[in-house]
Amino acid sequence: MALRSVSRMLNNRAINQVCKRAYSDEMSFTFAAGNRVFYDAKSVKQVDVPSFSGAFGILPKHVPTIAVLKPGVVSIFENDGSVKKVFVSSGTVTINEDSSVQVLAEEAAPVENLDLAAARDALNKAQSQLNSASSEKAKAEAAIAVEVAEAIVKAAE
Amino acid sequence: MWGRFGSLVPIGAQTTQISQQRGMATLKAISIRLKSVKNIQKITQSMKMVSAAKYNRAERELKQTRPIGAGASQFYEKAEVAAPTDVPQRLYIAMSSDRGLCGAIHTSVARLIRNELLKDDKNIKVVCVGDKSRALLGRTFGQNIIFAANEIGRLPPTFLDASLLADAVIASGYKFGSGEIVYNRFKSVVSYSTQTLPVFSLSTVQSAPKLSIYDSLDDEVIQSYIEFSLASLIYYALKEGACSEQSSRMTAMDNASKNATEVIDKLTLAFNRTRQAVITRELIEIISGASAL
Repeated sequence: MALRSVSRMLNNRAINQVCKRAYSDEMSFTFAAGNRVFYDAKSVKQVDVPSFSGAFGILPKHVPTIAVLKPGVVSIFENDGSVKKVFVSSGTVTINEDSSVQVLAEEAAPVENLDLAAARDALNKAQSQLNSASSEKAKAEAAIAVEVAEAIVKAAE
Repeated sequence: MWGRFGSLVPIGAQTTQISQQRGMATLKAISIRLKSVKNIQKITQSMKMVSAAKYNRAERELKQTRPIGAGASQFYEKAEVAAPTDVPQRLYIAMSSDRGLCGAIHTSVARLIRNELLKDDKNIKVVCVGDKSRALLGRTFGQNIIFAANEIGRLPPTFLDASLLADAVIASGYKFGSGEIVYNRFKSVVSYSTQTLPVFSLSTVQSAPKLSIYDSLDDEVIQSYIEFSLASLIYYALKEGACSEQSSRMTAMDNASKNATEVIDKLTLAFNRTRQAVITRELIEIISGASAL
């Protein structure tokens, strides 16, 4: 009898722990870009993303939402306290009910891989393209290029 | 009795004469055939090597792309977006490529769409990615095709290709409630399965039952989100398709090479037998000619 109750207690505790783990302070974070995958359903502490409605931080149990990324730096605070900064050109953020987070980017690169001089060159080129653009479409495309290049320069500095 | 035998003799004589002529002719014919089969085998073997190299790369890249596909379709699953009942218009995007000789890759995609079209060809429009699906569907359902894209499959697909396709789908102005991307999901070198990914329009997403739990949404955000996720899904489907196609071509070409080996063996045997028969007959002719003197 005693043995059985002990084992039941253990069982209950185990179940409690499992339940806690499923709903608790962890998020399943996926960060993928067209060129590589950074995180695949990993647990992290916090993620800061730049979106069109302003930059915001995501902690576990964030309210579900979707947002569109704008060019900028995504910062990932890992569980061991280290911070990883990745530049993204564009993409989407999805935060679901079960606290799973997906960041999908068109292209992404770690900030330390960015070359400031090359970024400045790209910015100058984009600006001259914007000035010389004649049609509406070319203008819009050049404006996007300038926006991205500015964000890269800012991130690389 | 005699009469019958008598009538048989000239027939026998005739047939030997014909086979003599044919013996010389077949020898030449067999050697031509043998040579062409050997050439075909060389081609299939090198095609196999090429697609093996392409497959390795495609599989490596596919591993990198799977989280994108999973991530992009997650929102639709979690928000329980479903095809609307009041908007019957549907869109099918056929993911094939320009090149053939890869088993049933393109036919299985086309077959799935054709079955849907046979059920209801009024409310379904098709976007053909790759020449093969257009060739398969264009003949019978040409009026259902909105546009077709080609130059797919020669080079590994990039996100830019996917963005252009997504842009073309949106710019086509077709009003659909829901849609599906039909592609071949790569399982292993020897197997793939034809599957679909969901595509939805703005109004469909807005009427999703669980959308209200998502915070701070406006139409512009949802529209941009849908457009980007369409591009991501197309990108993922392109990658899956490319990998399945290369692996399937590899198997197909391997089988073709094996079959060519079999044919070559049979033809070599037939060639040698015929050659021997010709030699023997010539000897008999010489010997019988000599003994008649």
